Amino acid sequence: MARMKFLLDSDRCIECNACVTACKNENEVPWGINRRRVVTLNDGKPGERSVSMACMHCTDAPCQAVCPVSCFYTTADAVVLHDKDLCIGCGYCFYACPFGAPQYPRIGNFGTRGKMDKCTFCAGGPQEDNSEAEFIQYGSNRLAQGKLPLCAEMCSTKALLAGDGEVIAQIYRERVVKRGYGSGAWGWRTAYRETVTI
Amino acid sequence: MLIKRSEARAGKQRLAAAYAGLSSGGLDRRAFLKQAGVTGVGLSALGAIPLTTVRPAAAGPVNHAEPVTRIKNVCTHCSVGCTVTAEVQHGVWVGQEPSWDSPINRGTHCAKGASVRELVHGDRRLKYPMKLVGGQWQRMSWDQAMEEIGDKLMAVRQASGPDSVFLLGSAKYTNEASYLFRKFAAFWGTNNVDHQARICHSTTVAGVANTWGYGAMTNSYNDIRNAKTMIIMGGNPAEAHPVSLQHVLSGKEINRANMIVIDPRFTRTAAHATEYVRLRPGTDIPVIWGILWHIFQNGWEDKEFIRQRVYGMDEVRAEVAKWPPAEVERVSGVPGAQLRKVAELFATQKPSTLIWCMGATQKTVGTANVRAYSILLLATGNVGAAGTGANIFRGHTNVQGATDLGLDVTSLPLYYGLADGAWKHWARVWDVSYESMVARFDSKAMMETPGIPTTRYFDAVTLPKDQVEQRDNFKAMFVMGHGGNTVTRMPDAVKGLEKLDLLVVCDPHPTTFSVLSGRKDNTYLLPICTNFETDGSRTASNRSLQWGYKIVDPIFESKTDYEAMYRLCGALDRAAEKRNMPIRFQAEMFRNIEVKGQEPSPESILREINRGGWSTGYCGQSPERLKLHMQHQDKFDLVTLRAKADAPAEIANDFYGLPWPCWGTPEFRHPGTHILYNTNLAVKDGGGTFRARFGVERNGVSLLADGSYSKDSALTDGYPEFTIAVLKRLGWFEELTADELANIRRYFGENIDSVSWSTDLSGGIQRVAIAHGCIPFGNGKARANAWNLPDPIPVHREPIYTPRTDLIAQYPTLPDRRGFRLPHLGQSVQNRAKELAPNFPIILTSGRLVEYEGGGEETRSNRWLAELQQEMFVEINPADAASRNISDGQWVLVAGPEMPRDKWTKVKALVTERVGPGVAFMPFHFAGWFMQEDQRSKYPQGTDPIVLGESVNTVTTYGYDPVTFMQETKVTLCQIRAA
Repeated sequence: MARMKFLLDSDRCIECNACVTACKNENEVPWGINRRRVVTLNDGKPGERSVSMACMHCTDAPCQAVCPVSCFYTTADAVVLHDKDLCIGCGYCFYACPFGAPQYPRIGNFGTRGKMDKCTFCAGGPQEDNSEAEFIQYGSNRLAQGKLPLCAEMCSTKALLAGDGEVIAQIYRERVVKRGYGSGAWGWRTAYRETVTI
Repeated sequence: MLIKRSEARAGKQRLAAAYAGLSSGGLDRRAFLKQAGVTGVGLSALGAIPLTTVRPAAAGPVNHAEPVTRIKNVCTHCSVGCTVTAEVQHGVWVGQEPSWDSPINRGTHCAKGASVRELVHGDRRLKYPMKLVGGQWQRMSWDQAMEEIGDKLMAVRQASGPDSVFLLGSAKYTNEASYLFRKFAAFWGTNNVDHQARICHSTTVAGVANTWGYGAMTNSYNDIRNAKTMIIMGGNPAEAHPVSLQHVLSGKEINRANMIVIDPRFTRTAAHATEYVRLRPGTDIPVIWGILWHIFQNGWEDKEFIRQRVYGMDEVRAEVAKWPPAEVERVSGVPGAQLRKVAELFATQKPSTLIWCMGATQKTVGTANVRAYSILLLATGNVGAAGTGANIFRGHTNVQGATDLGLDVTSLPLYYGLADGAWKHWARVWDVSYESMVARFDSKAMMETPGIPTTRYFDAVTLPKDQVEQRDNFKAMFVMGHGGNTVTRMPDAVKGLEKLDLLVVCDPHPTTFSVLSGRKDNTYLLPICTNFETDGSRTASNRSLQWGYKIVDPIFESKTDYEAMYRLCGALDRAAEKRNMPIRFQAEMFRNIEVKGQEPSPESILREINRGGWSTGYCGQSPERLKLHMQHQDKFDLVTLRAKADAPAEIANDFYGLPWPCWGTPEFRHPGTHILYNTNLAVKDGGGTFRARFGVERNGVSLLADGSYSKDSALTDGYPEFTIAVLKRLGWFEELTADELANIRRYFGENIDSVSWSTDLSGGIQRVAIAHGCIPFGNGKARANAWNLPDPIPVHREPIYTPRTDLIAQYPTLPDRRGFRLPHLGQSVQNRAKELAPNFPIILTSGRLVEYEGGGEETRSNRWLAELQQEMFVEINPADAASRNISDGQWVLVAGPEMPRDKWTKVKALVTERVGPGVAFMPFHFAGWFMQEDQRSKYPQGTDPIVLGESVNTVTTYGYDPVTFMQETKVTLCQIRAA
């Protein structure tokens, strides 16, 4: 099976937020839940760079390691998913995650966060593939339909790549060689303990 | 960016609500009420609609057990022309998929394009016709609304004449609706018909057309991939046209191209540039002349190109000589060494392209600006080949098409103008007599006089009658698809709106017009569907036409533009009959247009456009050909846009979307013109020359090309435009077929010598010219000197409101004058502004955000977009913020010199080095707050946009381009203080 990854080419990202609204559109994510967001560094200054961030579906995911109810699981495609029927909304995963991916539908004290929600790599959840129950709890399951996450598919400048780690790393490598610069595959060392060597 | 995102706000929560049933942590009652409070208006309004009469717009997840229909349409949010692929089940738009086959967007979207499905969920759409009665909105039926509106319009016509109605159309129309609305204005008997192009690229159209023939993008987004050097000046495509950046950045990467951004703001586009040049707002001409100074100084200009294809460059040299580096730096602030570098790259690392947008055009010197840009391209020989050109990024989805089809106070469709020859041409196409058209106007003179543009509509309401050169002031305004906050001087606009006898707004949303003024009565709102709910073609910025298919039926009680216009015509007929007025509409206007029920067919409207569209090459794009292109999108090349070798025969050799000019009849199968004025291709393959539009000689100097001609041309030198007389002189007249000749004689009788390529309805003249490799419009020189403009050679003129009052004496704005039936003050306002300048020390400029579009009503009502930009803000430099004790994210007050005394707008501060010291920036998409008054409660219940805010145009000031009355939105003055 493929090892699914995200790769963000920050030399291409223009902070257009297509990834953000594509995610909302595909998964009907409610207001206030941002499975994906774009963060801009050095905003308005030379060296400004934007990075689109979501769950990176880490190798040995820290969220998984700290979850007290073991609601996380890793699919055969190496996508990190969780079971909302087990989740107790404790928020540990939020503290463990290096990317700020976990989202909670409510703000409150003492476990009233509600069920954690995060990017599923458009791979749904533990319910039956592409069932209504799966959609309502987790959103779309594009992987089961043979498609990739919509955020990356709709990225205006093709800065955000999603797919088999080997394939997208090769696309990025070719791009960097052709243009002569590249600031690296953002977040890869943290998420996958490796980097894209050119 | 603190102010961008606020957390813990709940909207209409489809997914969250679903959690409640399936998981334990659902919403309790208290939480529900808390969330409902935020969107309470929307929810309660939805509850109030009787479901029996309103089509529900609810969308659910895709049911994978059942078949899904995929339908292609075109994104409505900018001119790039991204294909949108919708998944539809049971008449509901349930999903959006990437449009991989489109050579323009290749699957991608920006934030707006990726969220268009929400527009057709439509929680906040206008759901049924409404009118104001004593300040309260009342629901009414379409029939009732149409009868009342028709009757009131006819009353205005009877009392004040046809010119007292202002018809404001839309760049969001399809081509067919644009044309229909322009045709309606002609049948109503006025030239007071306009649309958003006035306020985005009217100066481009005027300036560029006056330089080389047509006022449109010469190349395409895709062709930018061929450029080795690109200058983006006065544009921020990373936010305004994000998908274009795919081509720009790919070009930059593949060619290791130089990407130079010249802008007062360090924009998101500038963040990706290889060179960023910061200039003082309003000094574009000094900077361009500064670049040309280095080019001429070093002999980098393309001398052969200038000799063969440019008229009047020597006069430009004389003007440029006045701009040595020291003077350029004194006026614009740009160092000479940096401009030398830019000049060398642009002139020597070719092909080079110049990309611009509203930073160039929305100026009191807009026309002169774009003329200077074009001259820079001409001087370096960067027009008419791959990788070169004036890549003008238009704004709305179909602002190019709506411009082409004459939603304009100065022209009938397709740039025929208003002279009697133009009227006679269209009368022939429409199958009506010229005399019957004259009878519809107040007089033949008014018929040939340009109307009043949208930038000044309120002046035409409020000025004394004797200052408005028509029978009466504006008494009624009929608006379709246009925001109310897009025009400068909003406090004055409010006065104008309040004084109107009748205001009709037709739009998917109520728009700012519905809340801005204190109107209490005689105000109607008609729900129009979006373009996703109708069929029709749209012209992208690169002149390609794309056919969009209806995705779902119009939601709620909304109707298509076509149907609304057809119904209006019917209502007017009945009103005229009642008043014993002889004028009629429906029968004559729709004589050759197929109408199904109450809905005119867009296909048949396009065929009528084809029948009359010779001047601009809108004659070859039949609906059948456009539909084939949509069907075979994957068969077109990414860079050349040409059909690939494996394309089916019916599209073989075509350029994608048959970019105009697409000569001859559809059967002639011209492929369209990807790159204008390209002499490297034969005319039948999409090649061409500069248009011989300005005569054949001036002061003894030839205006025809000198030894330059398009590939395979039988004439190897310049030649004038083709007429029957020219064909006869060349001995080609006999090549017209008997049918063509019969057609010509039918319309023109026996004396046919003056029949030209643009008036011949048979297409014969075009066919014969092209058979000899000649372009129908002639082979002329581009004009560096456009003698008919106020400034034949562009000269620098300080903005009306300038902080550099010391430069006014040397570079004054034009003297007061008249234009477009109105007074146009220049120097008198500038002289007054000089006195005010010390109190308003910060330059204010405005522009786009990626999440929103135009006046923003549509996008601010889209919850997926609204969440991303929740507050109106002003960008202010840290130095200016520090001296005013302003910290990032706090409320500040902003005032302009023309606002009522002691009135301020209230916005959030974004303290950033993105703007230079002394410069502030505000986005132009916000409305709903007016000088600190929250107008949310004035919207019809449930239709208020999610996000409201102050409009920048409450602050912006007087200032108009002399050629087009383009407004000045990019340079004015303001004061900012902590709230």
